[in-house]
Amino acid sequence: MFPEEVLEHVFSFLNSHTDRNTASLVCKSWYEMERWCRKRVFIGNCYAVNPRVVIRRFPEVKSVELKGKPHFADFNLVPEGWGGYVYPWIVEIARAYPWLEEIRLKRMVVTDECLEIVAKSFRNFRVLVLESCEGFSTDGLAAVAANCRNLRVLDLRECEVEELSGHWLSHFPDSFTSLESLNMACLGSEVSFSALERLVARSPNLKTLRLNRTVPIEKLSTLLQRAPQLVDFGTGAYSAEIRQDVYSRLADAFSRSKNLKSLSGFWDVTPAYLPAIYSVCSQLTSLNLSYAATRSPDLTKIVSQCYNLQRLVVLDYIEDTGLNTVSMSCKDLRELVVFPSDPFVGEVDVLLTEQGLVSVSQGCSKLQSVLYFCHQMSNSALISISKNRPNLTCFRLCIIEPRVPDYVTHEPLDVGFGSIVENCKQLTRLSMSGLLTDRVFEYIGTHAKNLDMLSIAFAGDSDLGLHHVLSGCDSLRKLEIRDCPFGDKALLANASKLEKMRSLWMSSCLVSFGACKLLGQKMPGLNVEVIDERENVNSLPEYVPVEKVYIYRTVSGQRFDTPDFVRIMGKDKDDLYNLS
Amino acid sequence: MDHKKTTLDLFNNVDLATELTLGLPGTDNQPEIIKSSLSGNKRTSSEMGSSTCTDENESRFSPPTKEQVVGWPPVRSYRKNILQVKKTESEMGSGMYVKVSMDGAPYLRKLDLKMYQSYEELMKGLQVMFKCIIGLYFEREGYNGSQHVPTYEDKDGDWMLVGDVPWEMFISSCKRLRIMKSCEARGLGDC
Repeated sequence: MFPEEVLEHVFSFLNSHTDRNTASLVCKSWYEMERWCRKRVFIGNCYAVNPRVVIRRFPEVKSVELKGKPHFADFNLVPEGWGGYVYPWIVEIARAYPWLEEIRLKRMVVTDECLEIVAKSFRNFRVLVLESCEGFSTDGLAAVAANCRNLRVLDLRECEVEELSGHWLSHFPDSFTSLESLNMACLGSEVSFSALERLVARSPNLKTLRLNRTVPIEKLSTLLQRAPQLVDFGTGAYSAEIRQDVYSRLADAFSRSKNLKSLSGFWDVTPAYLPAIYSVCSQLTSLNLSYAATRSPDLTKIVSQCYNLQRLVVLDYIEDTGLNTVSMSCKDLRELVVFPSDPFVGEVDVLLTEQGLVSVSQGCSKLQSVLYFCHQMSNSALISISKNRPNLTCFRLCIIEPRVPDYVTHEPLDVGFGSIVENCKQLTRLSMSGLLTDRVFEYIGTHAKNLDMLSIAFAGDSDLGLHHVLSGCDSLRKLEIRDCPFGDKALLANASKLEKMRSLWMSSCLVSFGACKLLGQKMPGLNVEVIDERENVNSLPEYVPVEKVYIYRTVSGQRFDTPDFVRIMGKDKDDLYNLS
Repeated sequence: MDHKKTTLDLFNNVDLATELTLGLPGTDNQPEIIKSSLSGNKRTSSEMGSSTCTDENESRFSPPTKEQVVGWPPVRSYRKNILQVKKTESEMGSGMYVKVSMDGAPYLRKLDLKMYQSYEELMKGLQVMFKCIIGLYFEREGYNGSQHVPTYEDKDGDWMLVGDVPWEMFISSCKRLRIMKSCEARGLGDC
């Protein structure tokens, strides 16, 4: 056996959570050694474990990362009040980890009180990342700004913040100079520009600055001049009357930003101002134009100059022609995201089809990750994509109309998606759409051995589909299903599989109350949460399908912060004696 | 093929006495589905092809209209809001306002080019606004029979005669308009 110091040194090279978890299982002394030197803790489901258990095992933690609500909460499928409260965690870690440096939260409810505790409890606090969180206001941000003397990162990604005032930014003291990253893009209220300018001017290490929509385009050049070291910049609203002096200053400021690699923002674009960024296009590795409602020629002109682009996020205004340009110009592209400009329109007046994606898959040999919204798809296109890009790791396709078949042959898209899972052997994430039968799930169960996360909607014919997935996908950890005719049979037959997964979400399916209760009773390692807002839910017979069920493994037993529309099934003492 | 058969067999031969099921041991009752408690989702049978279908799933689903389907397509709500705002703005007409000056007039005017579909309409609008007569456009001679000539400054900063380029190209490159006196336009000194 190695002496402790050697082991500790060796473990310091293990950064991935899975590696650390694996190392801790080798033997008792490795477990002990590892737990004392683990600095970063990642908890993928805040209800899977109690904070005290985590703290007891890992006493020297500097960074905590937590996730709360299930992914479908992003699309309003999880009712308000479901849970995901970070408060109990904050209270415990404030007590146990006075030297904590980093907190990263995703889809959690964070109150101002939580932020105040964070602001006052950790002397060396450095990084706060809140992604898709809600429950706090700009007052909470003010507390963080005023008290976190060593803050490096304040990153608010797509949060819902109650906007009491923009004054929060002015709470950063004049002596505060350690800022490296500020992302306030999701905020609606206007901050004092002079306070912002002074903050930027006294932050020599500022690398990321993502403004919100209220910062006018005329002021951008001032900020860029103050921070020539910026690597990641998000504009505010990118529109104004066309003025030569404003344009020139802006173009000049961009041309001097030699370190800029990432651009985003561009709300309310005035196309005439877009050429101001041309001078940095060839430097960019990441470009997000998904708020730029401007037509294909403007977008194409930009991407045609982005030779080093690795990540492109754009609206379907780019059209097939624009994506064809991407396929020829952006040879280093790793990730493509195309959002729909108008998700609810009946007629399609944007010329983006499956062809755009096929072109990119042909021309961009490093493409690994795709999120693509479109109105039509064919099996042959999917087959082409899979053969062009067997190195895909993430493939998310959303055909906007549910249950739409192959537009050429009118067949289901089973074979196309089957080809994706068969050829793309490293695929870890898949979202499907269009007309799909049980057959596609057979392909998935057979081939998708590395699949970690699967999203299914309006697909399948019977329980057999779900059974294929649960029994065949060896690496599956997250499964989310909506509006599919999957019921009790497949779920109960694969109950033990559920303990090997992080979670399963099923809404508008055919899973009955009785099956949920049985599952909850038989599987103590699972919380089976029925989420059902019907008024008469207590009087419904057991064979009636539930609205939504969320099943996750846990070592902490049932939770006690549930609202009245959430029932954790099968945990009551009465239930154990009532198996009829 | 073999794999499919095996899986199907396994699934159908699941020993219900030992697997988790509803009902007391010894019974094998299939749960009935109450149609009224289901959300409506219909598959038309023509789309099903050769897929197998159990009794449980013969309940009739009706395709919901787009507005009824919560959370579909899977786009974050802040993204939907932004685009809806944009659409309303463009429907209301954000306009394409350019400044218009006329030689001799004490102040400038502003005009929305989007209000016009053609040069004729634009000329009519200018004539009404400035109470002047602009005359007719001829390809070779320019404007004939009037004291005023419409010109515009384009994207490159050059002053051009209105009417030479197609209308669409004009409105995308026009930055401002100036109605010149004809004699100045011809470069003659005697007005």
